[in-house]
Amino acid sequence: MAADIWILAEQRQGKLLPVSFELLTRGAAVAAKRGGRLHAVVFGHNLAEAELQKLIDCGADRVLAAEAPELAEFDLEACAAVLLDLIRAEKPEILIAAATTTGRALLPYTAMTARAGLTADCTELDIEEGSGLLLQTRPAIGGNIMATIKCPRHRPQMATVRPHSTKPATAQPGRRGEITRVRPEPARLVSRIRRTGFKPLAEKDGIQDAKRLVVVGRGIKKPETLVLARALADALGAALGASREVVDRGWLPYPHQIGLSGKTVTPELYVGLGVSGSIQHLAGMQTAQTIVAVNTDPEAQIFKVADFGIVGSLFDIVPALIQSLQDPQAKKSVLEQKLAKGTK
Amino acid sequence: MRILVPVKQVPDTRTVRMDEKTGTVIRDGVAAIINPLDLYAIEAALLLKESCGAETVALSMGPPQAERALREALAMGIDRAVLVSDRAYAGSDTWATAWILAAAARRLGEFDLILCGERATDGDTGQVGPELAAALGLPVLTHVNHVTPDGAGGFQAGRLVETGEELLAGTLPALLTVVKEIAEPRLPTLNGKIRARRETIPVWGQKELQLDPASIGLEGSPTRVVKIFRPKIARQCRLVFGGDERKTAAAVNELAAFLQSRASA
Ligand SMILES: Cc1cc2nc3c(=O)[nH]c(=O)nc-3n(C[C@H](O)[C@H](O)[C@H](O)COP(=O)(O)OP(=O)(O)OC[C@H]3O[C@@H](n4cnc5c(N)ncnc54)[C@H](O)[C@@H]3O)c2cc1C
Ligand SMILES: Nc1ncnc2c1ncn2[C@@H]1O[C@H](COP(=O)(O)O)[C@@H](O)[C@H]1O
Repeated sequence: MAADIWILAEQRQGKLLPVSFELLTRGAAVAAKRGGRLHAVVFGHNLAEAELQKLIDCGADRVLAAEAPELAEFDLEACAAVLLDLIRAEKPEILIAAATTTGRALLPYTAMTARAGLTADCTELDIEEGSGLLLQTRPAIGGNIMATIKCPRHRPQMATVRPHSTKPATAQPGRRGEITRVRPEPARLVSRIRRTGFKPLAEKDGIQDAKRLVVVGRGIKKPETLVLARALADALGAALGASREVVDRGWLPYPHQIGLSGKTVTPELYVGLGVSGSIQHLAGMQTAQTIVAVNTDPEAQIFKVADFGIVGSLFDIVPALIQSLQDPQAKKSVLEQKLAKGTK
Repeated sequence: MRILVPVKQVPDTRTVRMDEKTGTVIRDGVAAIINPLDLYAIEAALLLKESCGAETVALSMGPPQAERALREALAMGIDRAVLVSDRAYAGSDTWATAWILAAAARRLGEFDLILCGERATDGDTGQVGPELAAALGLPVLTHVNHVTPDGAGGFQAGRLVETGEELLAGTLPALLTVVKEIAEPRLPTLNGKIRARRETIPVWGQKELQLDPASIGLEGSPTRVVKIFRPKIARQCRLVFGGDERKTAAAVNELAAFLQSRASA
């Protein structure tokens, strides 16, 4: 019997979230190695056929949509009950979800009852030669080591995967697959917690979804100099992140914090300004695609994980860089002006 | 109200060092501390105790020295503590840990609220909280930034997700995992420290909990660590030096060109 590989797609207001397509990339690679069918499971209400077809276009052989008004928005108890029923009925070999606030709540809750093994926040997945087991690799101890974990006996083998740790699958037009819609029993949809409201974050505050990040550390010295970092962020089309030192001083609020006790980010570009690169900070950003750092200390840890580093004062580098990015022609004269004014 | 706070003892990551030759973590001489994120759960419990009146209990599973973490919780103001420790529990993954903690929680009686840290800084999984809730048949909310019981068996809470803050209402009992925003942890008082030193902390093991060996320790853990390795740092840092005006300008030019090449790649 071919193995069934499941990914758990996420949607909001009927639209699939980008991370769903990253999971299809992961799922397709695993299914190809294992020799299995790729299923995309999704919870929602009245999901559009065209939206579900996108999952098939991007690699799913089958879409399994569980639909009910109670599943329109993420409700942990209802989703967990339904997911458990689906697992028990179909016995997938592997279940992969995103390491989002949704996946990191739903999967452990479900794994406990399913008596399944679960690995959190993986950055690599593979299939072991011979045994066909899922090899799940994740950073541990603040990213200082990587651990590969497997789950020999219990099924499904479950993992959450770090968002942005792989490219989203691209559509292959004309791909065919099956769409199964299931309507769960009302008794399975009861929940002891209900949502009463939602306060959206201002767009610029969302560091986890940002493609580019300018991140400030204690090297910015005082909150007034944040304008400099903001200007660079604007020039790069980036969001603003911070080290814990900056957040603890109240210069930026907690949602900006990156690291072990803050958020984990995997942007395409990370630019650190006056960030030393402590292991707790690195734990939250070292999987960024490109890392750039500006620091006065040539020995700063951040240079160990950077692709490009400037040893120098951010107060000299950043204004010049902004000029250079905005108007390469004018950069020289403006730099001279800045320096003449003694920006420091 | 009764509130349970599961706390974990973890190595102090500030002092964790790597053996550059072998690529392993040097644990010798590394201080053990209370999981920093659990301090927020303790603080939230103490605030609820002050505002609505509650008995607060700290629970930890770990080696005998994990008792130190519990004394710290007592020093902050937690009323009593229980340590779960047994050789048979060594090697437990998050599933087995939650299973054992659930048995200990049941033995402690009914709780209205269980407050966990969002995750432990060593394993960094954040799984034990939701798993413990499932094992006890409780509803769970993760990433909670505020909670207010309404005094009539219900509560209101906020949950920080990627795009904003969810507002929720639920019924007790429930398990919440809390984030830093919930409250700033207090420091232990001198009186607290004195009381914490005197308090006896019961240690429960297989004799008390009598768990099926198939559900505990390495044997009861669905997951197996097969390999631990040093992440290969594939990055080669191009390091340029600023300094005087000319050097700064050159460095900045090179960086701007680098950024543009990456943007178009
Ligand atoms: C349990 C625990 C959890 C933690 N969690 C986190 C976390 O989630 N995130 C986090 O970030 N930290 C975390 N920390 C804190 C962490 O250990 C460091 O203290 C912190 O990351 C340092 O922040 P920083 O780099 O901004 O400051 P510093 O380490 O003080 O570094 C400032 C840097 O700025 C440079 N600098 C100074 N002046 C200039 C200038 N003019 N131009 C350019 N560079 C300059 C300096 O050379 C230095 O390298 C945690 C710590 C613990 C114990
Ligand atoms: N051994 C343990 N003893 C008590 N509580 C624990 C233990 N392990 C985890 N927890 C609780 O579960 C939370 C999440 O831990 P983790 O899933 O290991 O990241 C912690 O913040 C603690 O509240």
